[in-house]
Amino acid sequence: MTTAVAPQTDAPPVTPRQRRRSRMKLRNALIGWSFILPNFAGFALLTLVPVLILFYMSFTNWNVFGKADFIGIANFQRLIGDGSFRTAVVNTLYYSVMHIPLTLVVSLGLALLLNTKLRGVRFFRTAAFFPYITSIVAIAMVWNLMFSPDYGPVNEILRFIGIQDPPGWLTSTEWAMPAVVIVSTWRDMGYYMILFLAGLQTIPRELHEAARVDGANVWQRFTNVTLPGLRPTTFFVTVMLTINSFKIFDLILVMTDGGPGQATLVLSQFIYRKGFEESQFGYASAASVALFFLCLIVTLVQFLINKRRNA
Amino acid sequence: MSALLAPETEAEGLRKLGDPRPRDTRPVSTGRHVARVIGYVVLVVASVGVLMPFFWMVTSSLKEPNDVFSIPLQWLPDVPQWSNYAEIWFESGMLTWLRNTLILSVAVTFLQLLTGSFAAYGFARMRFPGRDWLFLVYIATIAVPWQSYMIPQFILLSNLKVSNTLWAIILLQAFGAFGVFLMKQYYETIPEELSEAARLDGLSEYAIWRRIMLPLSVPALASLGLLTFVNTWNDYLGPLIYLRDPSLWTVQLGLKSFVSNLFDTNYALLFAGLTISVIPIAIIFTLGQRYFVEGIATSGLKG
Repeated sequence: MTTAVAPQTDAPPVTPRQRRRSRMKLRNALIGWSFILPNFAGFALLTLVPVLILFYMSFTNWNVFGKADFIGIANFQRLIGDGSFRTAVVNTLYYSVMHIPLTLVVSLGLALLLNTKLRGVRFFRTAAFFPYITSIVAIAMVWNLMFSPDYGPVNEILRFIGIQDPPGWLTSTEWAMPAVVIVSTWRDMGYYMILFLAGLQTIPRELHEAARVDGANVWQRFTNVTLPGLRPTTFFVTVMLTINSFKIFDLILVMTDGGPGQATLVLSQFIYRKGFEESQFGYASAASVALFFLCLIVTLVQFLINKRRNA
Repeated sequence: MSALLAPETEAEGLRKLGDPRPRDTRPVSTGRHVARVIGYVVLVVASVGVLMPFFWMVTSSLKEPNDVFSIPLQWLPDVPQWSNYAEIWFESGMLTWLRNTLILSVAVTFLQLLTGSFAAYGFARMRFPGRDWLFLVYIATIAVPWQSYMIPQFILLSNLKVSNTLWAIILLQAFGAFGVFLMKQYYETIPEELSEAARLDGLSEYAIWRRIMLPLSVPALASLGLLTFVNTWNDYLGPLIYLRDPSLWTVQLGLKSFVSNLFDTNYALLFAGLTISVIPIAIIFTLGQRYFVEGIATSGLKG
């Protein structure tokens, strides 16, 4: 208490040792920054600064001539009334609602299967991961032709197993989005499978043994041992899946280009069209801000739910 | 069924992901037997489903143009048309596209490894004000989709006059937060005592990074390097936005243009081109499979 009220002049003089220590501290700080600076310079220029400009741009009518007047929230008001924007948001959510649970179930199922002593699991782990590292362009083009209604192998197989009237896939407004979901799930499942597999291997085997001794059946062991043990992994996978679903773009750009009609027009593509095809940079930025907050809010909500569940 | 759910190794960490599994020596009951059969059936069906598109891509690349779509569907070509490969190789911009893609992938990977591991050392081993706050900013941007700031970024880079040059893609890809994150996680598993001892021997922080941390973090560097290389090789949106000049196109842009330019696309040729574009990735993946899996698994466990 007394030191707190003591006037500054009464403070003990700085000893050489303290001075040396503070100089060391400064030196360390400078060295620390020098390590981070090369990466941070690029990171700031290409990520932080653009994000800041984004918020400014969304309040302007920035166009191809670089002329920008501050127009307040006019872009956002226009977005709310824009039918294409609404379609894009609905389609993005539609895609996410199909893609997220499907990928979760498939990749967790495959991980459980791979976590067994069956022969050939190593081969399958390699095979299942391969689509994830193949380019979207190649995948989208091959699947596009596979989905060809009359000549494609997909419908050929469907007809073979007795479905006489297989869907028109990418030519049909109803089936185009499910086709995209099939391809994206096929592509992503190997990646999330590996995350789940890593999570499964952190669950101690003794827990399963103990549950088995206590007479728990397979399903009880799955819900009481496996799922709780996987919670951190499931959380991470869900967050990543959600963000990746909201920003889905290149696959759709190559597969359907938003069509037929606007059946697969998603948020990222709306931004791309307004920005790069119509040069309405200000308006496109407002839509980008919407995407930005959509991802941010969903991530935050998931973090809060996860925190409460862990508490 | 129980075999399906019990993890078969102890929690020994990720290194075990790549190891062969010990044989089961317990007696097999009928229930287990049925479960195994079901397991194999699922495994086979899933493998076919995963690999079928690649199989179709390769076989179609060897067909006559008219046989790609025929009724009834033809799975294998009558006579393999190897000339498709020669044709796409010599009569499109394939060589230019591959060269550009290779330049980009190598440059980006090199820069990402260098700046990423350098920055990671700062975050993992140095103490200075603002460090944790700054790292949080790095992490937070992983949740921000690139699509949401691609427009201001494009305007910025256009004003810097790097748009429509290969530099745009190099800048775009080389400073990702992911690399810093991955390397930092790995550095934190290296015992502090090693650098402490080196410091007492009079090594500077830079020398510690160069002579101790880099050699010890080769597995993490391999993971990051392979993932970065493959990402850059496969990137479509970045080149689509920044590279207008056909002489700068990457293989992804080139193959895409191959379809949109010709009304009557020769799909056998297209498939040959796609196969060529996938082969380097397949080779890299086969050689460095372990590092891919470990890199991915690490990012998930710590995230």
